[in-house]
Amino acid sequence: MEKHYTECKVKGVSTGTTILAAVFDGGVVIGSDSRASIGGEYVSSKTINKVIQVHDRIFCCIAGSLADAQAVTKTAKFHLSFHSVQMESPPLVIAAASVLKELCYNNKEELQAGFITAGWDKKKGPQVYVVALGGMLLSQPVTIGGSGSTYIYGYVDAKYKPNMTKEECQQFATNAIALAMGRDNVSGGVVHLVVITEKGVEHVVVPGDKLPKFNDE
Amino acid sequence: MLGEAEPQWLSEEVKTGTTIIAIEFNGGVVLGSDSRVSAGESVVNRVMNKLSPLHDKIYCALSGSAADAQTIAEVVNYQLDVHSMEIGEDPKVRSAATLVRNISYKYKEEMSAHLIVAGWDRKDGGQVFATLKGLLTRQPFAVGGSGSSYVYGFVDAEYRKGMSKEESQQFVVNTLALAMNRDGSSGGVAYLVTIDKHGTEEKVILGNDLPTFFDQ
Repeated sequence: MEKHYTECKVKGVSTGTTILAAVFDGGVVIGSDSRASIGGEYVSSKTINKVIQVHDRIFCCIAGSLADAQAVTKTAKFHLSFHSVQMESPPLVIAAASVLKELCYNNKEELQAGFITAGWDKKKGPQVYVVALGGMLLSQPVTIGGSGSTYIYGYVDAKYKPNMTKEECQQFATNAIALAMGRDNVSGGVVHLVVITEKGVEHVVVPGDKLPKFNDE
Repeated sequence: MLGEAEPQWLSEEVKTGTTIIAIEFNGGVVLGSDSRVSAGESVVNRVMNKLSPLHDKIYCALSGSAADAQTIAEVVNYQLDVHSMEIGEDPKVRSAATLVRNISYKYKEEMSAHLIVAGWDRKDGGQVFATLKGLLTRQPFAVGGSGSSYVYGFVDAEYRKGMSKEESQQFVVNTLALAMNRDGSSGGVAYLVTIDKHGTEEKVILGNDLPTFFDQ
């Protein structure tokens, strides 16, 4: 039987992913799945980390073409560290998000990547920003992205509450990403979470066997 | 303005572009749907009831092309009437679902409608069948339509076996409200039909009575 490659709308390796960030009382949680696929047919990496650090307390998550996302975040990291040297203080989360937005908006014809930026700064505390495909910047208490996010809009709308505790928010994020991985064939693997508070940054990895199970499994 | 083009909705196919759900509970089924019918970007009917009776205790939920779905429901309604006269008693839910499936499968290239069939019969109690693209499968609950993508995560997380009638109705209303908030092709009011051994109850929940969530 002839094998054919399905037409891949995103060039090259796509992260075909689920990413999420949410604000809780005193910090933010940002998380993602860990699968990278080519055209939805071949999993090129089972354990890729899509949560990238751009500064001490600022992280971002990428969705879309992996190459575009890596190039943009590398540039953004450089801009931000230069900016923080000039300002002699850690950058604001909105500064990080704006750097990404400028890059996305000015190169909107060539790029195919969207970002969620989350972090903590002294001025406004915990924040989440989303930079959409064309370069729009929005601040939201909770946001999701990537192909798997379609399936969890209802869950996130229903279950997110402002001012949750850190543990509640971690559980919420793990559940949401696990549900999306259960329905989206290009999201999967483990759940990477980063919890950012004034005190510091904590990485949590939830491996496949520790993921929450829902009643059809 | 010279040479104005005709309005878009005259040339667009009418779709029910919808959210439908059916769930089995201890002793019956609950079906739910939104009420929006769209033709392209226009809403041509904002109060359509997409829960169509196939028999006294068997209903189906329509999605996809409005004309195709309505026609299938009418044809199966007629076929079920004939069948129940022939056997001399109320038809089984599985029979209704099979009739729907037969039409969906035979005309699968020409039609684009998905019907969820649910009801109550004396032999197996409450049952829900999905008939997407001509398959027939019994499920504890089924969701369909364009809005269903947004609530897969919610129904996976929240469904529990053996819910009571009131819990199932609340579950259906919550699911519909969440989907209607996110899907542009779903909206309006929520229609609910509850079927158990005592009878069939139809209910409408108006827009302002739907549950709201943290960002509303």
